[in-house]
Amino acid sequence: MRKSKGKVVRYNKWGYIFLLPFILVYVVFQLIPLVNTIYNSFFENYMSGLTQIGPNFVGLENYEKLFSGGDIWVYAKNTIVLWIMCFIPQIILSLLLGAWFSDVRLRLKGARFFKTVIYLPNLIMASAFSMLFFTLFSDGGPINSLLMQIGFIDEPYKFLSNTGSARGLIALMNCLMWFGNTTILLMAGMMGIDTSLFEAAEVDGATSAQVFFRVTLPLLRPILVYVVITSLIGGLQLFDVPQILTNGTGDPMRSTMTLIMFLNKHLYSKNYGMAGALSVILFIITGILSLLVFKVTGNDKRKG
Amino acid sequence: MNENLGLKKGIGLHARRVIAYTVLIIITFFCLFWFYVLFINATRSNGELQAGFTLLPSTHLLENWTNLVNGTLPVWNGLINSLIVSAGSAVLSVYFSTMTAYAIHAYDFRLKKFIYPFILMVMMIPTQVTALGFINLVSDMGLEDSFIPLIVPTIAAPVTFFYMKQYMESTLPLSLIEAARIDGSGEFRTFNAIVLPLMKPAIAVQAIFTFVSSWNNYFTPALILHDDKKKTLPILIAQLRAADWLKFDMGQVYVMIAFSIFPVIIVYLILSKHIVQGVALGSVKG
Repeated sequence: MRKSKGKVVRYNKWGYIFLLPFILVYVVFQLIPLVNTIYNSFFENYMSGLTQIGPNFVGLENYEKLFSGGDIWVYAKNTIVLWIMCFIPQIILSLLLGAWFSDVRLRLKGARFFKTVIYLPNLIMASAFSMLFFTLFSDGGPINSLLMQIGFIDEPYKFLSNTGSARGLIALMNCLMWFGNTTILLMAGMMGIDTSLFEAAEVDGATSAQVFFRVTLPLLRPILVYVVITSLIGGLQLFDVPQILTNGTGDPMRSTMTLIMFLNKHLYSKNYGMAGALSVILFIITGILSLLVFKVTGNDKRKG
Repeated sequence: MNENLGLKKGIGLHARRVIAYTVLIIITFFCLFWFYVLFINATRSNGELQAGFTLLPSTHLLENWTNLVNGTLPVWNGLINSLIVSAGSAVLSVYFSTMTAYAIHAYDFRLKKFIYPFILMVMMIPTQVTALGFINLVSDMGLEDSFIPLIVPTIAAPVTFFYMKQYMESTLPLSLIEAARIDGSGEFRTFNAIVLPLMKPAIAVQAIFTFVSSWNNYFTPALILHDDKKKTLPILIAQLRAADWLKFDMGQVYVMIAFSIFPVIIVYLILSKHIVQGVALGSVKG
């Protein structure tokens, strides 16, 4: 390598060389599939019995069918309900734990231990965790026998046959899997707040609740917005847990069927037109949410 | 002094501490209870499991395990397949994400202003929404039942890239690269011999994260892998769920679940300090 002249320009071509693998793989495995997905959404292409229908160009007909079919609204509602059921307890818990862990005066012992424990479920295989809950909460499973042994109920409670409890279990699993992650993110944000603000509030005689609501929470807003939107994007992808728990049926009465489960169903039955249209809708929604995240983190960057 | 101050207003510091510990203990219970029951049940025979719930382990762990391994589920294949896919993904993803981050961090080129925000923008787009095109591409390439479409795409991992970029900003001074150039080191060698070793802590954290998320991934592998011999553990779990499970020996079911979950737990407990710190580092700041 010649070192003396034209150094900056000569070196900078290496920027492109080092970027090449990323760009190449991104284009082949993400961009081309995206274009192909959008392209497919304009074609009628499915199996009717053993005969292949299409692919025929049908314009926006797949989208019309998707929205007039009504199923998508049911599944969109399920997805949102499951997300809210999981997110509200999760954010309350995370704010509380984050505030405790980052509170210097409270001096909690064993914080490392607790942080390790609450993050643990995040790394568990969602499908195995879901299978575990399925066996534990089945009609003759350990939870039912435990509840009967302590005399809480007389006969097995059918957790998976009631809308409320089936959704509750999914929300519980997701909440367990994600609140540790949220806590650590929020805690990192809380640690970043200038401690002199807390001291000033303390001198002014603020209670810990006042400090939390008047100082911590407003200053945490950018991170909170980030957490809410990324969690919503994650919530829209909800798949493994309800898929395994209900064996892909979304029972009882399709009340736990999510949008990605719906997509998965179309992909398996090779109804590529409908799968394409649904993917495009999901892409647009997540794209808008991603732009919001991008704006929030962009603003955050300016503050350092 | 602080203690006295705390006691005067609102709820006392002491009371708050008691509340905090109580809540934390309840949460700990909720996080660990399931895995404890899983462990206990994996050691019990089918007959004992039907008899009801207990908190003490039994002695049938090995028996359940031998039954599972000799059964119809290709468990060993699943384990090896999962290991290949996860390890391959972790290595490729971490190496090339560091390289991408280095390209953005150390060089000034015209397209940089366009590419960096682009990567950040696509960071959140889930892979599910392009799954249809992905399946079509994979079958056009004749790569169904192959691990390549599960491993190679992780080279373009925006989240890993972003983390590496953040880490580089705080630990890799450009003057160091300049010094390497003056000493006559080529750019590629500088990256491999100087940059990579400096990035070790970040590489370790991201390797673990990529490994675990690939280990746990169910959606994409289930669409690509159809041959029983090629299936990864999450697909086998789904298969177990889809089988008429009442006919099944429940001891085996629990051992199978434990087999998918406990290796990750053990690795996590050994490395927990780095992982928990890593999550905090990768947050929005910066």
